[in-house]
Amino acid sequence: MTADLAIDVRGMTKRFGDLTAIDHVDLQVRTGEICGFLGPNGSGKTTFIRMLCGLLRADAGGGICLGHDVIKESDAVKRQVGYMTQRFSFYEDLSIAENLDFVARMYSLKDRRSAVRESLVRLGLEQRRDQLAGQLSGGWKQRLALAACMIHRPRLLLLDEPTAGVDPKARREFWEEIHVLAGQGLTFLIATHYMDEAERCHRLAFISGGSLLTHGTTAEVIDQAHLTTWSVSGPDLLTLAGRLRAHPGVGQAVAFGSALHVSGDDAASLEEAIAPFRTGQYEWKRIDSGLEDVFIQMMEKARRDVSP
Amino acid sequence: MSGYGFSPSRFCAMVVKEFIQMRRDRLTFGMMIGIPIVQLILFGFAINADPRHLPAAVLLADRGAQGRTLLYAVRNSSYFDFVREVKTEAEGQDALARGEVQFVVNIPENFTRDLLRGDRPAVLIEADATDPSATGNALGALRTLFSTALQNDLKGPLSFLADAEGPVELRIHARYNPEGITYYNIVPGLMGVILTMTMVIITGLAITRERERGTMENLLSMPTRPVEVLIGKIIPYILVGYIQIGLVLAVAYFLFHVPMVGSPILLFAVALVFIIANLSMGITFSTVAKNQLQAMQMAFFFFLPSIMLSGFMFPFRGMPRWAQAIGEILPLTHFLRIVRGILLKGNGAEEVVLQLWQIALFAAVVLTIGVKRYRRTLD
Ligand SMILES: Nc1ncnc2c1ncn2[C@@H]1O[C@H](COP(=O)(O)OP(=O)(O)OP(=O)(O)O)[C@@H](O)[C@H]1O
Ligand SMILES: [Mg+2]
Repeated sequence: MTADLAIDVRGMTKRFGDLTAIDHVDLQVRTGEICGFLGPNGSGKTTFIRMLCGLLRADAGGGICLGHDVIKESDAVKRQVGYMTQRFSFYEDLSIAENLDFVARMYSLKDRRSAVRESLVRLGLEQRRDQLAGQLSGGWKQRLALAACMIHRPRLLLLDEPTAGVDPKARREFWEEIHVLAGQGLTFLIATHYMDEAERCHRLAFISGGSLLTHGTTAEVIDQAHLTTWSVSGPDLLTLAGRLRAHPGVGQAVAFGSALHVSGDDAASLEEAIAPFRTGQYEWKRIDSGLEDVFIQMMEKARRDVSP
Repeated sequence: MSGYGFSPSRFCAMVVKEFIQMRRDRLTFGMMIGIPIVQLILFGFAINADPRHLPAAVLLADRGAQGRTLLYAVRNSSYFDFVREVKTEAEGQDALARGEVQFVVNIPENFTRDLLRGDRPAVLIEADATDPSATGNALGALRTLFSTALQNDLKGPLSFLADAEGPVELRIHARYNPEGITYYNIVPGLMGVILTMTMVIITGLAITRERERGTMENLLSMPTRPVEVLIGKIIPYILVGYIQIGLVLAVAYFLFHVPMVGSPILLFAVALVFIIANLSMGITFSTVAKNQLQAMQMAFFFFLPSIMLSGFMFPFRGMPRWAQAIGEILPLTHFLRIVRGILLKGNGAEEVVLQLWQIALFAAVVLTIGVKRYRRTLD
């Protein structure tokens, strides 16, 4: 069973002084799976990823990553992991090709030159190979970083918001490539704030305040949330939203184009809340809850739990 | 256990990367070349300055003609201005101590009588040698002066007095700084000082820079060993060190005409150990410092004792015991002995090794500390 798991860690804990940034997180990711890693800003995504690749020492917990002990064999783990940092961390005073070459040497690649060339072609950056990395636009920097962390053909990719600032077309290409690679047996853990990307993952892990709140497929996550959502259209939705939010049964009321999505985790209470507004003026429709509704609901709940 | 050893490929990656970065960082590279030139010119200027018209007092205890002739000659050399005449030795020393005069010229009683008798009377020159470069030339001029000044007076029947030894004995009493340093001492010494300053600073910034630019996170996520990173960062700057040595040697030879008695090749060879020692010191500071500013401060605090206690500024034997003890630890102290030994005394490998192993030991200890201190995680 464990042979199937690329990541199998339990009880991972990291403290920064008084702050427990990661609080006993268990996470299992199967080989060949794309796991989306979601959570609000400051929830501990980056910290957790850093612990997996040995950049931060865990205060407690441990486990296996690619068949090696995460804590004790972090060198062995590092050789087979590609880590893309949230902030661009390649050398800005080195050219694109030089950066790739540096990484290729670092992993002692046998056919270094062709690996670099291949990577440049895939990036579509052959013409600009001698341009300094620091002169690239934000999106291109991301793409360079991504190419660089894949150059040594890692078995597991830990990507921290890899598509932040990347244009839609490049993002689509990126996700298509990820799925192809996953089909070949590569495993991905991808931190992201984009819901459309989350929906393209096999499984999702949602972390908040350092604790893992949910883990499962998109459908499972939505199911577990027991969220009921209504869509309403009509005049002056802004005022309506304001009045609905005042009711305890309403978790959120968010505008989507010309409609308002109203949701809550207690179906009966929600219906009670919207009852006074079910007049001819408004058109009400029960819809499936989206991932975003679910996450916002979880974030709100987590916040309420922390500060009652 | 992670039993992966040193990897030539990863080491190479670091070296190539550092070389490229060094080449691109024009400002720093320029500084590495500029600092030696500026220092040499500044020090060279001070050395070249040939101060004349130095204030002197005279204690004339003899009223004979020859005493006066000698004084005229001394004044005519343009090195000395007689600003006052003192009556007693104590008065002269007082003037010297207060810095009122730089020299006291003592023409003793019965000077003329002794001279004419052929007794070689002694003329005592007391010199304030606090700044040897200020008095050195003047005293040098005195020596030639004394043998020629009285030649006109000692013609004819007295010519037997003007023999090879000279008719007058010159006794120089260099006060305050008995071990006068000449510029032959300074220029070769400057080589060590320049290397210490630039090498420690440049690598002092090495790790902190990676940390501050955020590239450390990437570097640490790769399977590197501390030795590969640290030594990889040192290598390119060895070249810079050699450029500096070449520069200093060329200037010393062509501009200051410093003699090169020993083998410059031997000097080049042993300089490697000294360069590595300083680069290691810098890189170790870098692993301890939290940011670039701290690294700079540490480099500075290393530089100060190096320049003060190594024998560059003050004669080593003139320092108190504790200062000598500190000085003995510093690589610059030993390197100064090596450079001066090779260039001025013509020392060979045998003498050099006596100092060299101490520099090597320093480098090894410091680098070991650096490797141990190198943090392999971000926390
Ligand atoms: N080196 C550190 N020292 C102290 N606190 C830290 C450190 N790194 C992270 N933290 C804290 O740990 C918590 C988690 O941070 P982390 O960067 O992991 O969040 P994140 O989920 O990646 O956020 P984002 O979505 O903004 O990238 C935050 O409260 C942060 O302030
Ligand atoms: Mg983050």
